[in-house]
Amino acid sequence: MLTLNSTHRDAIIATCIRALPNEGCGLLLGSADGVVVNVLASANVADSAKIYEIDPGVLLRAYRRADEVGIEVIGVFHSHTHSEALPSPTDIDQAPDPSWHYVIVSLRDLPVELRSFRVLDGSATSEPVEVVD
Amino acid sequence: MSAVLRVPTVLRPAMGGASVIAVEGSTVGEVLFKLTTTYPAVKGQLLNDDGTLHRFLNVYVNDDDVRYLGGVNALITNNDEITLLPAVAGGLW
Repeated sequence: MLTLNSTHRDAIIATCIRALPNEGCGLLLGSADGVVVNVLASANVADSAKIYEIDPGVLLRAYRRADEVGIEVIGVFHSHTHSEALPSPTDIDQAPDPSWHYVIVSLRDLPVELRSFRVLDGSATSEPVEVVD
Repeated sequence: MSAVLRVPTVLRPAMGGASVIAVEGSTVGEVLFKLTTTYPAVKGQLLNDDGTLHRFLNVYVNDDDVRYLGGVNALITNNDEITLLPAVAGGLW
């Protein structure tokens, strides 16, 4: 399960909306049990509406910040601008860490849909997302 | 030259399990090549067959992305910190 508060959720969605017409993306920092502590927005260095790639400089800073404060990089989020919040085959192929939470935001319809997945051995499984305040 | 290498979580199982290891080499390419001989399972994730950096691997020496320092030819000096960061990416390639 992924747990985040409404500020984190809103930051994720705002990052994705700001990136339009491209896919938006960023990193989730938190504890190993899936509780988000920080949301770190990234530029989409792929500069594309169909693919995303986290800025490696943001990735480096995320790991360093996580080390400094004793948390972990626990996942990544990105948007699908014109399709539902389901991982594409490429999303799954490029998701090598079974401990990560892979959040997808669909901007296709209102209200915006946010879902989270775990990816293990080439298969994605939806997980509950709990928003707590 | 002696440097420390930060190993990302996803590569640790294939590289002995440690998060930080000591490495030797005068260039990034030399360090990575030695890693592929010590840990053959990660070869395809670090270097291409022609010895260039794998498309989905980012390598930093201290605060600098080695793609701007000559790639595999980037020089290593004593006590440098090398960080391997597999790209985080996806979409409809």
